[in-house]
Amino acid sequence: MAQVTLQKNPLIEVKDLKTYYPIKKGIFSKTVGHVKAVDGVSFSIYPGETLGLVGESGCGKSTIGRTLIRLEQATEGQILFDGQDLTSTTNKNLVSMRKNFQIIFQDPYSSLNPRKRVKDILAEPLLVHHIVDPAQVNKRVDELMVMVGLPRQSKNRYAHEFSGGQRQRIGIARALSLNPKLIICDEPVSALDVSIQAQILNLLNDLQKQLDLTYLFIAHGLGAVKYISDRIAVMYLGEIVEIGETRDVIKNPKHPYTKALLNAYPIPNPHLRAKERVFIQGDVPSPANPPQGCRFHTRCPIATQTCREGKPKLEGGVHKAACFAVEL
Amino acid sequence: MNVSNLQPNSEINAKILISEANEHKDESYVKMVLRRFLKHRLAVVSAVGLVLISLVALFAPFLAPYDPYAVTGAFGAGPSAQHFLGTDLVSRDALSRLIYAARVSLQVGVGAVAISSVIGTILGLISGYAGGKVDTVIMRIVDVFMSFPHLMLILVVVSIVGSSLTNLILILGLLNWTGMARIVRGSVLSIKQLDYVKASIALGFSTPRILFKHILPNVLAPILVHATFGIANAIMVEAALSFLGLGVQPPTASWGNMLTEAQSMTVLTSQPWLWVPAGVMIVLTVLAVNFIGDGLRDALDPKSIK
Repeated sequence: MAQVTLQKNPLIEVKDLKTYYPIKKGIFSKTVGHVKAVDGVSFSIYPGETLGLVGESGCGKSTIGRTLIRLEQATEGQILFDGQDLTSTTNKNLVSMRKNFQIIFQDPYSSLNPRKRVKDILAEPLLVHHIVDPAQVNKRVDELMVMVGLPRQSKNRYAHEFSGGQRQRIGIARALSLNPKLIICDEPVSALDVSIQAQILNLLNDLQKQLDLTYLFIAHGLGAVKYISDRIAVMYLGEIVEIGETRDVIKNPKHPYTKALLNAYPIPNPHLRAKERVFIQGDVPSPANPPQGCRFHTRCPIATQTCREGKPKLEGGVHKAACFAVEL
Repeated sequence: MNVSNLQPNSEINAKILISEANEHKDESYVKMVLRRFLKHRLAVVSAVGLVLISLVALFAPFLAPYDPYAVTGAFGAGPSAQHFLGTDLVSRDALSRLIYAARVSLQVGVGAVAISSVIGTILGLISGYAGGKVDTVIMRIVDVFMSFPHLMLILVVVSIVGSSLTNLILILGLLNWTGMARIVRGSVLSIKQLDYVKASIALGFSTPRILFKHILPNVLAPILVHATFGIANAIMVEAALSFLGLGVQPPTASWGNMLTEAQSMTVLTSQPWLWVPAGVMIVLTVLAVNFIGDGLRDALDPKSIK
């Protein structure tokens, strides 16, 4: 795993990002409110590192990933990629910038066009963006296939002729075709068998070393994330509640939500299981109408009156947490 | 680039070995579709039949035994050695008229559907992909077109511009694109949510490229199926209009206006050679077109295992 180097300039810097979806009602489609999928999130990703982003379903982690590469339009805030603001750049400029960041999707079945052969899927971006000379396209496609561990001979096949793990490899090869700097991994192993998960994670790790890639690794559990990430950010209801180096977050979680998430992950050895486990009850409140004060107070085991009234800030040097109960 | 340390794993090798045994390796999409289509027996028979009908229509002047407009002298005579299908009430050779009529019916069917498919597909793609106001406007136009009573409209238009073959094709084509637009829009709405379309956007592909190279091939199956039904429908509408005297005008023969003869009770009961062949041709052509549509739908889907 690459070393975290905070002195480097961040590859991508997110400042107070908000992505809202309007709720429309009635025959005139009047906007009656907003689903605040991402509500005021700031973080940076440094070159060569992997930032893990975890949280329950619906907490906005995928939306962050998709907003970062402008698949979704940000409502407010800035996304600085190599110093250029992505949220306000022109469409023309965006097309050339898209080469720098790619995405790997969760579902290996819907992420590949069923009407295209693997070689077409991989060759098209090369040709559209003039990545290589047209005469070299075939060679480059072969290289990409080998790079992700697929046999070259299978390039004439259609996506449905492959297994889930192989399809995910094709998705990775497609993301690599444009030689991106940043890859958003949107739960890339959640839909795979456990044995295949490890293979894909190893592949991502190897590729990162070879090609000097930067990952934003999104997942709903800490299992895969703690294996691959240099730093981890924990999200709850559209906000980051804790961010820090993987070791610190796992060994010494500050936020009660992170503790609960860690507890939810089963420990295979029964002798090592902790006696006390923090559990959280209830469901995530609606992101259209988040609770006042700290958003977690409705489910937090240690919430006080302060938590219901004030909103904690994300504070604390390298290992930050947004909680009043934390000693910084 | 150093790739030697990446070992392809056994899971992949096993899968590849299995699929290596399959016969098709380097075939293109068109070849694959053709191979699958040829396995659909009914569709192949239909295709052969339709090709035959088309060839007969194309070479009508060489195949028809008589001039379809020439008066022979025998009025409403039954089938004989000179006139295989007899003669009509004005003593023209029925077989020759049937052959020439195939031209009209096929032209109407193919022409009208070509026009309506192009309009419907393009508007449906735009409507479904753009969404929002564009979608609303296009779909309201569709609603307006659908709420016109088509027969009345055709009547009015025919009485203004006159009823010729070209006019008939244009009218049917410009009226019937709405169904296609709705079908295409519906498919696009679901496809544009899929990750491979998102991936195409992330890869920086232009919107026309995404629409026509990524989404269109995936809606081709419903388009083709709908188009074949459209051809069948156009042939029948033409027949109905001609039967009512609004379609192709005599003396030009169409299968529809040949059926008009059956409006008379004596013809219906005692001179079946005047209307049965025309009716049979309509049924056969429409059936053939529908079977071809069925075969195409199966052949175009790479996921079906046939």
